[in-house]
Amino acid sequence: MTPVHAIVAKELRSYFVSPVVYVVGAVFLLIVGLLAYLYIVFTGAQAIQLMQVQGQAQINLNDLVFRNLFSSIRFVLLITLPILTMRLFAEEKKLRTFEFLMTSPISLNEIVAGKFMSVFLVFLGMLGLTGLIPLTLSLFSDFEWYPVLTGYLGLTLLGALFLSVGLLASALTENQIVAAFVSFGLLLLLWLLAGLGSLLGDTTAGQVISYLSFMEHYDHLVRGLIDTKDLAYFCSALVLMLFLAHRVVDSDRWK
Amino acid sequence: MIDVQQITKRYGQHTAIDRVTFSVAKGEVLAFLGPNGAGKTTTMRILTGFMPASEGTARVAGFDCADQALEVKRRIGYLPETPPVYQELTVDEYLQFVGRLRGLTGSALSSAMARKVERLGLGPVLHRVIGNLSRGYRQRVGLAQALLHDPPVLILDEPTVGLDPKQIIEIRELIKSLAGSHSVILSTHILPEATAVCQRVVIISGGRIVAEDTPDQLSARLRHSEKIALTLKRAPAEAETRMRQVPGVQHVYANGPTGSFMVECNLGQDIREEVARLAVTNNWGLVELKSISMTLEDVFLQLTRHEEGVSQDTVSANESTAATAAGNAESAI
Repeated sequence: MTPVHAIVAKELRSYFVSPVVYVVGAVFLLIVGLLAYLYIVFTGAQAIQLMQVQGQAQINLNDLVFRNLFSSIRFVLLITLPILTMRLFAEEKKLRTFEFLMTSPISLNEIVAGKFMSVFLVFLGMLGLTGLIPLTLSLFSDFEWYPVLTGYLGLTLLGALFLSVGLLASALTENQIVAAFVSFGLLLLLWLLAGLGSLLGDTTAGQVISYLSFMEHYDHLVRGLIDTKDLAYFCSALVLMLFLAHRVVDSDRWK
Repeated sequence: MIDVQQITKRYGQHTAIDRVTFSVAKGEVLAFLGPNGAGKTTTMRILTGFMPASEGTARVAGFDCADQALEVKRRIGYLPETPPVYQELTVDEYLQFVGRLRGLTGSALSSAMARKVERLGLGPVLHRVIGNLSRGYRQRVGLAQALLHDPPVLILDEPTVGLDPKQIIEIRELIKSLAGSHSVILSTHILPEATAVCQRVVIISGGRIVAEDTPDQLSARLRHSEKIALTLKRAPAEAETRMRQVPGVQHVYANGPTGSFMVECNLGQDIREEVARLAVTNNWGLVELKSISMTLEDVFLQLTRHEEGVSQDTVSANESTAATAAGNAESAI
């Protein structure tokens, strides 16, 4: 068992003995399930209307259910994931275990990687459970799996990005509430960059700003487009956030 | 084993420690004594590789604490002021985690755990959540953590704080038993602790080392005169004058009308025999006679109160402070 494994195992243990994961997971699944239910019922109502008017109905579940659902989950993730990440470093500092961790014979890379991987696994578990929605739906209807799967890839990457931002926020403070708010703020800022970008239109500045936001990259994946440009965006943003978190934690030793 | 040369740590304008130099031999127990805020924790944090010094070098087992921090961390067991325990884990989960972070696995890990659990009496709480344990148990879990991988160097920041007297004695016994096989630095502001467990004491105040020696010599060096206390049952009025005539005696003070006296003589002279003979031949009823040595407490208070006399060279600094301290002590009497 390498030190990274040890940290992942310990962090997972800490998550699952505290109520946080259960509460966050339950709320996340409840809201996602409710959203899916609403979109499905809404689509069904549309289908019935079309049947009455035209006598037949061609309903595209991919467009009407999954794309809407994937767009909405973004917001649910923005609210729930900072609650998962806020404790990662802030709690260590508050409870004075930070010094212990930093004087253990492991590198800071391993600490940051271990912490990120643990919360990422928790997130994957939560996301995995939402897989029941398309699975159940596939029993009763036909839809294309490909855009659903790319949508899940998008969600995975988006979640990883949100978690890395949360990790950075947690490294900045020893107060968990502050950490959560800082990550809300940063994520909303990243979100709103898309709006600013489209306001500036097709200028270079507009394009650059739009590129910095996760919105268009995520939308491509939800629409079933896998573009290396988007994958590169998520990977580089993730690495940048983890690197910044690493620097912040390291600089704490000098204070 | 530990070699600290002229380390200085500054936080902005504030200098936390200033040109601190000391060393610890293999198997030695060294007490780091000083009032709160003197720089004990800062020095320990530098030694453990937690943070680098602004100037100077610190080496543990030949490795530089700043450049080869990983090697240093492998050889150190560190107990910070607050035991670094995860409240939500049980004692055995916690120790397992600590062991794995330090590269212990399988049977090596379980035997190391079993030994420390036995040694620190953690058996009854092994499967309990640390958050529910008493302060004393948490402190012991913290110590088990520091000892787990049998490091050659142990750094303990106030290891007996918050323990009850029985536990304090147990922990001190434990630390004493570590001497010989481990090099230990322990910080404390409790003086009897330093005398009880340590071979050497470093007194630090205002970020500087003001004295370094064995507990006995430290008090001896600060005495500039020998003092004896004696109690006479039937002291006549002229007893004070008669005693003053004994060769070597400088002062005689009567402590109230009870017949107890304080006799001061030149350093290095032993006048106990003469004073005793005088009292016995005159049938003054000698019931008590003892030499008074300065307790470490006095030394500590004197040294930490007078820092201004410290010069750059540590050795002469020690002596000059000692001299001023002693001088002030004299004028105070």
